[in-house]
Amino acid sequence: MHDTLSVSNSTLALGFVLVIVALVIGYKEKLGIDKDIIIGVVRAIIQLSVVGYVLKHIIKVNNLWLTLAFFVIIILNASYNAGKRGNGIPHAFEYSLLAIFVSTSVTLGTLIWTGSIQFIPQQVVTVTGMIASNTMVAIGLSFRNMKQTFTDHQQHVLEKLALGADVKLASLDILRGSIKSGMQPTIDSIKTLGLVSLPGMMSGLIFAGVDPEKAIKYQIMVTFMLLSATSIGSIVSCYLAYKEFFNKKKQLKMDLLS
Amino acid sequence: MNIIEINNLVYQVDSNTIIDNVSLKISKGDYLTFIGPSGSGKSTLMKLISDMISPTSGEIIFEGKNMDDYDPTEYRKKVSYAFQQPNLFGKTVRDNLEFPFELRNEKVDTEKIIDYLKLVNLDESYLEKSVTEVSGGERQRVALLRNLLFTPEVIILDEVTAGLDTDNKQIVHNLINQFNKDYKVTVLQITHDESEIEEAKKIINIVGGKIENA
Repeated sequence: MHDTLSVSNSTLALGFVLVIVALVIGYKEKLGIDKDIIIGVVRAIIQLSVVGYVLKHIIKVNNLWLTLAFFVIIILNASYNAGKRGNGIPHAFEYSLLAIFVSTSVTLGTLIWTGSIQFIPQQVVTVTGMIASNTMVAIGLSFRNMKQTFTDHQQHVLEKLALGADVKLASLDILRGSIKSGMQPTIDSIKTLGLVSLPGMMSGLIFAGVDPEKAIKYQIMVTFMLLSATSIGSIVSCYLAYKEFFNKKKQLKMDLLS
Repeated sequence: MNIIEINNLVYQVDSNTIIDNVSLKISKGDYLTFIGPSGSGKSTLMKLISDMISPTSGEIIFEGKNMDDYDPTEYRKKVSYAFQQPNLFGKTVRDNLEFPFELRNEKVDTEKIIDYLKLVNLDESYLEKSVTEVSGGERQRVALLRNLLFTPEVIILDEVTAGLDTDNKQIVHNLINQFNKDYKVTVLQITHDESEIEEAKKIINIVGGKIENA
């Protein structure tokens, strides 16, 4: 099954020529992204090498607490990055942490409960990474949309408050739009599954020699999983974060708007 | 009896004093016209009275009770602020006129809405009109009905007739006068309009965040 997987260190080094293509384009077109590309590539190599090494040992040891520790590290990291995208929204990290924890736990728990995956490190850790990273992106998009819409539509909100609306009713359209913006990329990518993209999980299994019919079943599971994760993550984070745009007197915090 | 009593109100942003130690007593049913140069603090004073912003110091007493002791949403239903260039919510005029019922968790009274539309020379057919199709004058009239469908104690008008033609201005004046006369709604209006200033019952001139004459 693994005979076709022949990436060695030397072939990887030769593959680096693809990075040089990107660097040359960036340099020629004066895009100013040379530094970002180099830092990104170096970080990717180091991070993946470390993760590969750690994963190898976690899989080998197969210890419950070590697997859970990795689960926590992934969630903390994803929350930190999602929180940063909160761009000044108070408690964005805490809200991201709760949202990612809930979405990952519910989704992962359901997958284990239904028997779709087993509680073994190579499945739990990889699936946790997929869920947490997609939820992180969804929350980041939701936060960005929320702040922008509160800024653009502040008079709408003020008019509703002035009529006596509670903060939730005054923000309902913004809340719905922000949740939707977090889920939209997942929904869009689902629509083109198989037609445009052959996503990671499925491609990886086919690469490893698994029967495409079986690989497709896993991809369908991943699709269900990501839909659940991004919707739970977006809803939890948005419902927690919108209140930060108001003070205790139910007034819009103008200093929070860009 | 004073419906609103403002004592030593100050509002500062950073080191700028926008409202400078303003005190004012307003009786129920008063119709006050606030004038003054642009940037003198008129709108800020109105936003303070309507609890859209909070003062740096001083107090506002409403119906004998400090404003801070009211739930803000309940207070704003009693002291209603109308904007100069209002937005209409949702998709149709109906969405806007049902909003006051929605925020009070009350069953929508379509008969009442139609009766109120007639007060501003609009008929029932306007209910289904798209918010993108109404003219500036119609938008202001519909927006004012949102404020008045459940009669407030005080209505604050922040240059609501600015940019309206003579006919639309007259319709708005008639509406406000009717509520002031029939329901003793206290009216606090900001205006730069000469004819409105000429017809004003009581003028308050705001200059540099202070009342020049009360």
